[in-house]
Amino acid sequence: MDNNTATTLLTVITESSLESKLTQTLLEYGAKGYTVTDARGSGARGVRTGNWDEESNIRVEVICSAEVAEKLEHCLEDKFYKDYAMVLFSQPVHVLRPNKF
Amino acid sequence: MSFDPILLFFILGLLSGVVRSPLRLPPQAYELVSIVLLLAIGLKGGVELSATAFLPLLPQVLVVTLMGVALPLLAFPVLLYAGRFPRADAASIAAHYGSVSVGTYAVAAAYLVNVGVGFEAHMPLLLVILEVPAIIVGVWLAKGVSASGQWRELAHEILSGKGIVLLLGGLAIGWIAGKEGVTTIEPLFFDAFKGVLALFLLEMGIITASKLGDLKRYGPFLVVFAVAMPLLSAFLGGWLGFFLSLSIGGTAMLATLAASASYIAVPAAMRISVPEANPSLSLTASLGLSFPFNVLLGVPLYLEWARWLHS
Repeated sequence: MDNNTATTLLTVITESSLESKLTQTLLEYGAKGYTVTDARGSGARGVRTGNWDEESNIRVEVICSAEVAEKLEHCLEDKFYKDYAMVLFSQPVHVLRPNKF
Repeated sequence: MSFDPILLFFILGLLSGVVRSPLRLPPQAYELVSIVLLLAIGLKGGVELSATAFLPLLPQVLVVTLMGVALPLLAFPVLLYAGRFPRADAASIAAHYGSVSVGTYAVAAAYLVNVGVGFEAHMPLLLVILEVPAIIVGVWLAKGVSASGQWRELAHEILSGKGIVLLLGGLAIGWIAGKEGVTTIEPLFFDAFKGVLALFLLEMGIITASKLGDLKRYGPFLVVFAVAMPLLSAFLGGWLGFFLSLSIGGTAMLATLAASASYIAVPAAMRISVPEANPSLSLTASLGLSFPFNVLLGVPLYLEWARWLHS
């Protein structure tokens, strides 16, 4: 199995109202899939309790190649950083079947 | 007149929020409770509508739609010039106050039943209709007509929203099934209505309490606006109800609909269509002040206003 391909895990934490717009963008810019989980926490925009729709966060994870990850980072920054609460980070990961991503 | 226990549930929620009790309705339970409420309101309207003719209602529907357009247009300049809010924020808050709150409607319906005042059966239809125009006016005020590329996305956001789907769906089911048809589901949707509403209000009290702290942050103008705007809207809504020759209960209901401010459909649509507006401003005003004001003091006041108009 080829484990040398650089595979990146991109994690985005943002407002849940953005879910459909965000996931659409991810696929458009080359991600082959994503995982969404409900999240809550506190940060620059205050406590996000997750008690109801308008005040909950999501955590979106994407596994993709390093190039796609970089493209996505720039694109999300351009599109959403100004107006939405968003945290984005990436890390290299080891995955089985890397060609799947 | 006895004090309605559902309001005591709201106050319990408020108090438990204020003393920072960890009490919460689990998010999924809150979701279910609001779904049952929306469906029940829709069903009730649908069942009654199945027994009446639809066409004579059209002029009313038209006038109420115009009211939904007029209210945000009224609020916008006040917020922009007197409140000195940025354009996007003024437009977003105006949209919240032009649209309606289903929670407030449910409390008003329960209150009118409690005091034995009847109201027109097609009120849920007006409730659905009033949700929409203010959102469109709000986006237009914020962006101008040039936001044309967005309209399709906005239309989808509005029409596929939970509130519209469930209210319209409930109306349709009730209308198709008719009075006999719905007897089997009555225990959940009609008999248990007030119990479900009580749970809903408990959670609303907790959410409201969490917004109260934010009120201080945004200063006195928003506080005054969040009480004055419902009063002004109810004043106009009451007159309109009177001119449409609604009953006393119907007039009070239309005044309540005008006075109520949205906190579900509009925030969701505004977040997507006018992202530069600060969502916390509108929600703080509408949930932190206007909702409790309407529920605790407004509804009885609007009934008195309707009685005065008809006397």
